Amino acid sequence: MVRTYGLLAWTWMRAAAQHPVSMSLITVGVIVSTGLDLAAIAIIFARTRELAGFSVAEVMFLYGTAGTSFAVADILIGTVEGLGDHIKHGSLDAILVRPVSPLIQLATEEFSPRRIGKLVPPVTVLALVLPRLHLAWTLGRIVMVPVMLLSGAVIFGALWVLTASLQFLITDSREAMNAVTYGGGTLTPYPLTVFGKDFVRGLTFMIPLAFVNWEPALYILGHPDPLGLPAAVRFASPAVAAVLCLLAARAWRSGLRHYRSTGS
Amino acid sequence: MIFLRVASYAFRRQAAYRAAAASGVLTNTVFGVVRAYVLIALWQARPSLGGYHVADAVAYCFLTQALIGPVNIFAGGLDLVERIRTGDVAIDLHRPVDLQAWWLADDLGRAAFALLFRGGAPLLFGVFAFRLPVPGPLVWLEFLLSVLLAVLVSFGLRYLVTLLVFWLHDDRGIRSVAFIASMFFSGMVLPLVVFPGWLGGLSRVLPWAALIQVPADVFLGKGPDLLDAYALQVVWAVTLIGGGRLLTRATRRKLVIHGG
Repeated sequence: MVRTYGLLAWTWMRAAAQHPVSMSLITVGVIVSTGLDLAAIAIIFARTRELAGFSVAEVMFLYGTAGTSFAVADILIGTVEGLGDHIKHGSLDAILVRPVSPLIQLATEEFSPRRIGKLVPPVTVLALVLPRLHLAWTLGRIVMVPVMLLSGAVIFGALWVLTASLQFLITDSREAMNAVTYGGGTLTPYPLTVFGKDFVRGLTFMIPLAFVNWEPALYILGHPDPLGLPAAVRFASPAVAAVLCLLAARAWRSGLRHYRSTGS
Repeated sequence: MIFLRVASYAFRRQAAYRAAAASGVLTNTVFGVVRAYVLIALWQARPSLGGYHVADAVAYCFLTQALIGPVNIFAGGLDLVERIRTGDVAIDLHRPVDLQAWWLADDLGRAAFALLFRGGAPLLFGVFAFRLPVPGPLVWLEFLLSVLLAVLVSFGLRYLVTLLVFWLHDDRGIRSVAFIASMFFSGMVLPLVVFPGWLGGLSRVLPWAALIQVPADVFLGKGPDLLDAYALQVVWAVTLIGGGRLLTRATRRKLVIHGG
């Protein structure tokens, strides 16, 4: 499966490399436009020293972790949200008769080095901010960083597949579901203390974006949980990621089973 | 009149995708809420930053979400791009109708639909959910005029970007530059009143300010006085659309049609 993914991604990359100037320009464009969120945070902290109880270094840590997880998921699987267009154009039928998993075909679609550009701003910020956090780096905290990055990426990836599966039912739901995926990418860089308590409850128990980076970051940064949830919740991200994956896989398979071609 | 027809067809084309429009409204509203909370936190730390009160900042968020569609803030190209790439534009240039005016009419029809069916809902939601004050009818009229001017500036910018495809052949590079400028300098990412120092001063006179910051200020009754606000928008609309006319003339000389 990994081999097939790699092979298809490599094929798309070689296609993109046929226009090197255009490709490098677009990659720069991707890096800068991904950096727009970072610019917003930088401007906010040019105006204040603290946002909802968090310092600039702490918010940059949240940005770096959420941004990296989001970018990894977006690069690897973000294009599944194009499912609705394939259904409308009838090209999903062609995808289904090929001897490769349709999920992999959609995920590798138009894979290009420009997608990697999305990683540049968050990874750079994370590398710069980690040594500046003034924390006692216990073993638990050190291990938690890669664990949260990985579970965050898996949570975003699962949400992408889950929301894309809905397009089997409602073909035009792509934009609405962007509220979950891109909306999640937009809000996770901020400390959730910014948002109203009910909103945070929704992000914890309904759409579990709080487990991408917020709960583990509370542990690493040593902040109290504004919702007063038990300490175990801060270590729950991998479990949440696993459950979401199962749900996403079920939704995707059931969508595929019930798919009826438009017949055009 | 032909241009009215073109505009009404563009309006109806948009109206064909009702589910997509509803789906967009939902997303715009969610983003409005997220951005509003971030700004509330900022204004709690810095009350009356940039001359805005916290209610102004929240209203600003929902105004930006309402304007995304009408001024096409993601700087999407006109459908003309595809016609230039395929060469169909040669036929368009042959028609006894002005190319730029045709696409302006098309864009106005699109913007009218976006304003009515994509703009209203996020704004209404913001007003009710955050109990925002609603301005009087005169301010609404002033705001609508400012939105119309914003759409003209937006068209001016996007038409220029579109015509550059005649020379660049691939629109993706220039479009990503247009996207970044449009998002950042319009006040979409953050209100321009928050930008510090020279960056703030510069961004408020660039054409992108006319897309979101200026109409929002007209709605909120903030910023420069009304005539100055309109003046900035008119100057940019005339300059950009005028530039588009010159470039259209240049494309007539640039385009080579190979007979078959």
